[in-house]
Amino acid sequence: MSFGFFFREAVRALKRNAVPSFAAMATILVTVLILGVFIPMVQATTGAANEVRGKVIADVYMQTNAKQADIDRVQKLIETQVPHVGKVQFVSKKQALAAEREAGRGDYYDLLGSNPLPDTFRITPDNPDNIALIRDALAPRSPSGGRSVVDPAIDEVRNREEDTAKILSVTRVVKLTMALLAILLVTASLLLIANTIRLSLYARRREVEVMKLVGATDWFIRWPFVLEGVMVGAIGGVLAVLLLGVIKVAVVDPLAADFALIAAPETMNFPLLIALLLFASIAVSALGSGISLRRFLRV
Amino acid sequence: MAATERHVRRRAARAAASVPAPTPPARDGAIIDFRGVTKRYDSGDIGLDGVSFAVQPGEFVFLVGASGSGKSTTMRLLIKESEPTGGEITVAGRDLSAISRRRVPYYRRNLGVVFQDYKLLPNRTVYENVAYALQVTGGTRREIREKVPDILRLTGLSLKLHSYPDQLSGGEQQRVSVARAFVNHPPLLLADEPTGNLDPETSIGIMQLLYRINRTGTTVVVATHDVDMVDRMRRRVIELSGGRVIRDERAGGYRQREETTQEFRARLWGEFE
Repeated sequence: MSFGFFFREAVRALKRNAVPSFAAMATILVTVLILGVFIPMVQATTGAANEVRGKVIADVYMQTNAKQADIDRVQKLIETQVPHVGKVQFVSKKQALAAEREAGRGDYYDLLGSNPLPDTFRITPDNPDNIALIRDALAPRSPSGGRSVVDPAIDEVRNREEDTAKILSVTRVVKLTMALLAILLVTASLLLIANTIRLSLYARRREVEVMKLVGATDWFIRWPFVLEGVMVGAIGGVLAVLLLGVIKVAVVDPLAADFALIAAPETMNFPLLIALLLFASIAVSALGSGISLRRFLRV
Repeated sequence: MAATERHVRRRAARAAASVPAPTPPARDGAIIDFRGVTKRYDSGDIGLDGVSFAVQPGEFVFLVGASGSGKSTTMRLLIKESEPTGGEITVAGRDLSAISRRRVPYYRRNLGVVFQDYKLLPNRTVYENVAYALQVTGGTRREIREKVPDILRLTGLSLKLHSYPDQLSGGEQQRVSVARAFVNHPPLLLADEPTGNLDPETSIGIMQLLYRINRTGTTVVVATHDVDMVDRMRRRVIELSGGRVIRDERAGGYRQREETTQEFRARLWGEFE
C-alpha cells in the first residue's frame, strides 16, 4: 500500500481529532521543554560536583629535619608502592611559606623567626573514593588504634578527613538526587504521553473495530496511527526546541558570562541536545501510538 | 438494473481469473457448513449446542430465534470474531479453525457483513466509507472511482455521496453499510439483524436490497427476529432456540419459481399494506 494513502489518512485523523491531538502535542512539548532544561542542569551540577571532588587530597608531612635524600626516598615510595595515586605534588618548606605569605599570614611566621612548616607531598587520588586507601598504605593503622608511618622520615599523613567526608557525602547526595529526579521525570513524562495517546486512541476504538471487521490488516490500520504519532511528536518537539532556543539566547547566554556553573564545559552542546530531544519526542510518540493501538486491534 | 448486471459480469470475470480450485467443499459444494458446532462461553453460558446446517451457494437464508438463541454467536463465528469450542465450520471449502490470526483480515475480505448498528466510520462521508473497504484490499484509485458510485447507485444513495453518517437516516445508514459490504462483490453476505433498528417500511427497503444482491448470485444469510418479515420473504428459515436448530424449512414449499425483483417488491409491499 502506498505511503501517500497512509499519510493522507494520518492528516485526516489529525484534523478530525484536533483536540486529543493537541493534548498529545502539548504533553510532548512540555515534557521536551522540561527535559531540555533539566539535562544541561544535571550535567552542570555533576560537573561542578566532580570539580569539588577533584579537591580531595592527602597531605604527607615530612619530619622538619628531613634531608633531600629522605624526600627523594619518600617520593619514590609514594610513586611506586602506594596504590591509587593520581597526582603527586611536592611542596617544599619555602614554597609553603611563600603560599602562606601570599595568603596574608606572613606576619605570624616573621614573629617565629624560623620556618616551622614541613616539606609536604600533596597526593591526589585517581578516584576521590580511594583517599582512605592511600592513607592506610602510608600510615597503616596499628593494632592499638593509632597510626604508624611506613617511613621514619614521614611525620604524619592527613587526608583532611572532615573536609573529605563532607565533600564526598555532599556530591553523592547531589548525584543521587539528580539521578532520582531524572528517573522520576522521564517516567512521569512517558506515562503522561502514553496516557494521552491512549486517550485519543480510545476515542477512536470503534473506528479501529470497524476497520478490522471490513478486513483491514493490523498494519494497514496501524501505519496511519504511527505516522500521526510521528507528526504529533515532531510538531511538539520542534515547538519545544524553538522555545528552548529562545530561552537559551534570551536568558542563559547572558548569564553564562557571569556564572561559571552555567558555562561549565561538561554541558552537552546545544545542537546535539536538540537533535536528541527531537528524536526522542518523535520516537516516543510514534512508538506510543503504535503500541497503545495493540489493545484495540484485538477484535 | 444495470449495476446488477455489471456485478454479475464482474463476478464471472473474477471466477474465470481464479484458476486454481480451492479444496473441494466438504458437503456437496456448500458455501457454509456447520458440523456439530458448539460454543461455550467462559462464563459457562452456552451459545451454540451441536448446531449442524449447510447453506448452498446462491441461497437466501434467514436465521431466526429469540434473543440469546445463538443467532449472533453464529454470525460471530462466521466472521471469525470468536472461535467455536467444538465442531467444525467450513466456509467455501475452508476450515475456519485452520485460518491463522494473521490471515483473518484476508478471510474477512471475502465476506460482506452488515450489522444492526451499521458500524460506519463516523468521520468519513458515505463515499469514503464505501471506498475504505476497497482501500483495505489495496484497490487502486481508478477501481474506487469506478466501483463506488456504481454500488451507491445500486443502493439508492447517489444523492448522499458526501453526507456523513450522522446526517443520514437509519435506513440510509444501513444502505451505506450494505453498499460497503457488497462493494468487493463477496460470494457471501452476512447480515446480523440488519433491520433491528429500522421501522417496517424502511426494513422492506433493506430486505429488497438484500434480495437484489442475492439475485446476482451472492449467498445471503440474515439473522433476524422480525418474524413478519421472514414470513413475507418466503425464503429458507433456520430457527435456533437455546443454541440448537429447531426448524430448518426449505423454501421449496413456498417458492415455485424465481421471482423478479419487481414481483418480489410488489408482493412485499402488497402484504405490508
